Amino acid sequence: MAEPVTEHPEIRVDLPRAEPATEQSSSETKRPREAIFHLDELAVAYAGKAAVRGVSFDIARNEITALIGPSGCGKSTLIRCLNRMNDLIPTAQVDGKVLYHGQDLYAPEVDAVEVRKRIGMVFQKPNPFPKSIYDNIAFGPRVLGMKGDMDEIVESALQRAALWDEAKDRLKTNAFGMSGGQQQRLCIARALAVEPDVILMDEPCSALDPISTGKIEDLMMDLKREYSIVIVTHNMQQAARVSDKTAFFTVELDESEKQRTGRVVEFDDTERIFTNPSDPRTEAYVTGKVG
Amino acid sequence: MSAHQDAIGRPSGSRRVKDAAFRMGLVACLALAVGLLAVLLVDVAIDGVGTLNWDFINNFTSISADKAGIQAALWGTIWLMGVCALFIVPVGVATAIYLEEYADPRRWWNRLIELNIQNLAAVPSIVYGILGLAFLVRGPIGLGNVVLAGGLTLGLLVLPMVIIAGREALRAVPPSIREGSMALGATQWQTIWRQVLPAAVPGIATGVILALSRAIGETAPLIVVGAVSVIAFNPTGVDSQFTAMPIQIFDWISRASNDINDYKPLAAAGILLLIILLLAMNSVAIWLRNRYEQKW
Repeated sequence: MAEPVTEHPEIRVDLPRAEPATEQSSSETKRPREAIFHLDELAVAYAGKAAVRGVSFDIARNEITALIGPSGCGKSTLIRCLNRMNDLIPTAQVDGKVLYHGQDLYAPEVDAVEVRKRIGMVFQKPNPFPKSIYDNIAFGPRVLGMKGDMDEIVESALQRAALWDEAKDRLKTNAFGMSGGQQQRLCIARALAVEPDVILMDEPCSALDPISTGKIEDLMMDLKREYSIVIVTHNMQQAARVSDKTAFFTVELDESEKQRTGRVVEFDDTERIFTNPSDPRTEAYVTGKVG
Repeated sequence: MSAHQDAIGRPSGSRRVKDAAFRMGLVACLALAVGLLAVLLVDVAIDGVGTLNWDFINNFTSISADKAGIQAALWGTIWLMGVCALFIVPVGVATAIYLEEYADPRRWWNRLIELNIQNLAAVPSIVYGILGLAFLVRGPIGLGNVVLAGGLTLGLLVLPMVIIAGREALRAVPPSIREGSMALGATQWQTIWRQVLPAAVPGIATGVILALSRAIGETAPLIVVGAVSVIAFNPTGVDSQFTAMPIQIFDWISRASNDINDYKPLAAAGILLLIILLLAMNSVAIWLRNRYEQKW
């Protein structure tokens, strides 16, 4: 089977963190962006069983990268490697390399807590803390010992998550009183409050109605000017609408070991994946013939 | 038509009879249990309600039944519960946190600890009394028959209950809260201390109160560790000798009554007071659970 990897030889992975790439924000710019993540033959196994393997592609700065594919193809497993959330699963074993700004995230000297400070995450189901809206946002800055006026930090995070107008009069009320879509935007605001570099979103809209989903998609388009976003989604329209690059995953069945392993079939510009994919499996999936 | 309806609508006669008989059997069992309890309570209430007054609470015990009260035992119990709570809350919660958040269940020693805690909860209380006598009162620690030894013995007795309740409370906090906190760059300890534990406090508090209400009625271990039955002073500290309400009640019951001194009403009043305390504690536990329980 051909190695489904798109090479970007011109991208240097060990660039220092650049200035905000404002001149690159227009989609016409074809110059390749700086890679924030460089994945090299990444593989994850749970209790010795490979969940996903052979993943190699680059995730670029100020872009939205979508991971799509059928259930069980390892998209969520993969995204959880990018901020070392897989460390929380004792049986998970990560092989290969994840370079973040050129630094190997799984090098022994790297502290996973430090990684998660810079690489925020939004989960499938909104998971606000059972606290006030204010305290939900303030929790991250407080545990990280961030300096500055907490009221301003909270307001700024809510502004950036397009939630300020809805939340400003009820900051001290419990976050559980918000709607699901508001809760999810609160979780995004919470992630923004600790000033991350990247935001990982694991099916952020799967528990939301279409209107809330639309709001979150608009928000993502805004946020990519300042942040880099990786999103796992089951919704192909969503991937087509918001993302710049798309990685299509599939499940391979190993008959001898009776094991299902996820692999990347194709990684390319989203437009290409959805209009002119190079692999027939991608075409079958994105046109709805399978999956 | 009617035969048809009958076939669908009602089970056959013998099945209906069995059904009704089974239900009545269950109700009879329930009635037996509740009825016996009610008879006991009413009997105690009739004997004790005349004696249960402010003097009874304010007086020390005495040979003369008219003047006898429960003050020393009441304060003894309060001291014991205080020592017990101060011991079981930190130790029980810390153990629960270790087992629930840190221990790797694949390691045999963690599984062994877990199994042992389950078993310890079922060990008869007299065994804890002997342990307290051998290790706390005499033996290596040698505290003597004082409040501290009694409170710690009761603490050991109910510690497994606290640990089990604490673990359940921690387990009820969904993993998504831990993930959300860790994903923001919080350490595991920050996550536990600032997110998981606060969310688990109502459940833990309920468990602690229920454990204390088990400890408050324990008699055997206190007799073994040397609670004094006739005492006319309140404990002045953890190094003070003590008596406790169940001990005092036991003492009154075991005294021979005569025409001049009838100790039975004293015992009944003591039982009533103990039951009132117990019900109050359990009510607080239920209220706490209903008021602060987090719906996820």
